[in-house]
Amino acid sequence: MEAWIFFKKTIRMVFVGTKVYYLWCAFLLAIIGIAISFYMKQLDAGLIITNMKDQVSWGLYLGNFTYLVGVAAAAVLLVIPAYIYHFDPIKEIVVLGELLAASAIIMALMFVLADLGRPDRFWHIVPFIGILAFPDSLLAWDVIVLNGYLVLNTIVPIYILVKTYFGKEPVRKYVIPLVLLSIPWAVGIHTVTAFLYNGLAARPFWNASILAPRFLASAFCSGPAMALIIFQILRKTAGLKIKNEALFKVAELMAYAMFVNLFLLGAELFKEYYSGTIHLAPMQYLFQGLHGHDSLVPWIRSAMVMNITAFLIFLIPATRTNLLTLNIGSLLIIVGVWIEKGLGLIVPGFIPDPLGEIYEYLPNVNEIAISLGIWAFGLFIFTLFMRIAIPIQRGDFSHSKYAREAGRTQYERSNQ
Amino acid sequence: MEDRSQTRRDFMKMMSMGAMAALSLGSLSCTRAQVEAFLQKHFREMTEAEKKEAIRRLEETYFRKYGKKFHISTQPADTAVLWGYGLDLSRCIGCRRCVYACVKENNQSRSNPQLQWIRVVRLKDGSLINLENTEHYYNPEKVPEPGFQYMPVQCQHCENPPCVRVCPVHATWKEPDGIVVVDYNWCIGCRYCMAACPYKGRVFNWGQPNIPPEELNTEVHYLGNRPRMKNVVEKCTFCIQRVRNGRYPACVEACPTGARKFGNLLDPDSEIRYIIENKRVFRLKEDLNTEPKFYYFFSA
Ligand code: SF4
Ligand code: SF4
Repeated sequence: MEAWIFFKKTIRMVFVGTKVYYLWCAFLLAIIGIAISFYMKQLDAGLIITNMKDQVSWGLYLGNFTYLVGVAAAAVLLVIPAYIYHFDPIKEIVVLGELLAASAIIMALMFVLADLGRPDRFWHIVPFIGILAFPDSLLAWDVIVLNGYLVLNTIVPIYILVKTYFGKEPVRKYVIPLVLLSIPWAVGIHTVTAFLYNGLAARPFWNASILAPRFLASAFCSGPAMALIIFQILRKTAGLKIKNEALFKVAELMAYAMFVNLFLLGAELFKEYYSGTIHLAPMQYLFQGLHGHDSLVPWIRSAMVMNITAFLIFLIPATRTNLLTLNIGSLLIIVGVWIEKGLGLIVPGFIPDPLGEIYEYLPNVNEIAISLGIWAFGLFIFTLFMRIAIPIQRGDFSHSKYAREAGRTQYERSNQ
Repeated sequence: MEDRSQTRRDFMKMMSMGAMAALSLGSLSCTRAQVEAFLQKHFREMTEAEKKEAIRRLEETYFRKYGKKFHISTQPADTAVLWGYGLDLSRCIGCRRCVYACVKENNQSRSNPQLQWIRVVRLKDGSLINLENTEHYYNPEKVPEPGFQYMPVQCQHCENPPCVRVCPVHATWKEPDGIVVVDYNWCIGCRYCMAACPYKGRVFNWGQPNIPPEELNTEVHYLGNRPRMKNVVEKCTFCIQRVRNGRYPACVEACPTGARKFGNLLDPDSEIRYIIENKRVFRLKEDLNTEPKFYYFFSA
């Protein structure tokens, strides 16, 4: 009964807010609406409305999926500094990190759904209802670990929030094991996603054992970068209390991650270029162009510049502890890693194709619109999460206070 | 580039379609056949009665759609058979008649999307194994051209097929006679198998397949050449509808130079066994351990 009242109150809560809140939500909903109309078109005509072809059979959707799994994996790592550096209150970081991870997973799953040719047969992949090819197919593994991770990253924050709402301390005995479990699980989801590509001998670009470590390293840059930006926005708009030192600590960790990321990339480039076998072709296509086809070259080169610049920004203490340069660095990482892990990872895997054909893929308007819609949906979900979570943590939205609050808004309305 | 009014009209159309879809969900306007097809089981989990029922439903659907009576077989594999294919590279002249015979026999979509299960590539003499130097869109006045080799590639019916291993729903599998098949009604269109195949053995129906009704082949197998729906993968099945009836695959019949051979690998007296034992034989990308049952050879 209490839970039901809490639930009803949260629903009411998300419908009230400042003008900025309404504008932001309306903006996101508009993008989602447009995307739905494009998705209807895709449902009707099929994936033929995308730029994908037999030669490049995965594209923007799966690129975004891969990137977002990384974001989800890395968001939970905000939890680690919470333990290592004993920030107070820990729960705030845990809740934000896990809700960010949950939103990213929801987006990732939606990208898989958008990429499915037959979403009407989605139930075929649901365990026990359909036939899940476990353990043969890495995609089946991914379905399991991603959903498990989603559950983990929703029950912990919900538990903490509900407890806080009722003015009680979350029982550490329950929270800590789950939070600790979510850390290896985060590594797990990204590793399984890397193995999804890694295991395909037909695609030498992915079939390199360095792929999973590279995935993790780049994720540990992009996920926290996104969190840094979001924390600052929430600090300004929603009264989230978070100290600068916390941000700088995260930035320091990102510098290490970026170093490892660049190092692993260098290791891979060395192996491919020095030995110079025919397996070099996809790499050449990506970085230099192959037989005159070079549409990805400007993308990957700018991504490299962005990643290296960001690495330097985060490495040098003076620029790391300056909010302006910190934000520039974060944006560079978000975009740079997105290019590297999105188009830069998926597309060259298919070029040249197993029979040597080159088809140059770049996403078209339909794919971009649907992808933006999924991003907007993820941000929308996250916004709603924050609309509830932050007031609870600040103590503005609680069991005892709510009645008074509601009374006041009603009073204000009647005076308008 | 589309012009703006076109885009706007599309947009309106889509919006109204969205509304329609939402409404029809409410009024449950789906036909019963659609609902049954939606709930249909995986082919290998169906009982005989359920198979019969699925066939009847399909025949009815095809009749409504194409105005033609189909005969859909579910003939199972003969356990004393393991199919193998031989291709004589010294005879192939790159005319691609096999490609078109295959398209016709197997009801492949003719346009938008155009699908072909066989791909004949052109290679300069001396670079046969390096598939990175292939040409796909050659168009000579006359074949064969001096200085070139032609290599047809299609599904190699691997003994150890990576495409089957990766499918998350077991929508594709290897039959006891070695033919790798797809249940088109079970495939979810994830295209993981396409990413895993080292031979480009699979193609995808990116849109609704288009076949002129008068060109339809109505003698079909459930796991082979029956008309497909949009957004599922399909592939060469060694003409399962023919070979399980004692006939040759359509490509074998169509080849004007006799470059294509086909037979039972378990039969020591078969032509395919003779070729493997007596010719210079190789298989594509053997280093990947897929063990293709498709043997390229040189007779001259
Ligand atoms: S050639 Fe490709 S599609 Fe055919 S069995 Fe081998 S992996 Fe599968
Ligand atoms: S596209 Fe179909 S057959 Fe291929 S892996 Fe996905 S579900 Fe299986």
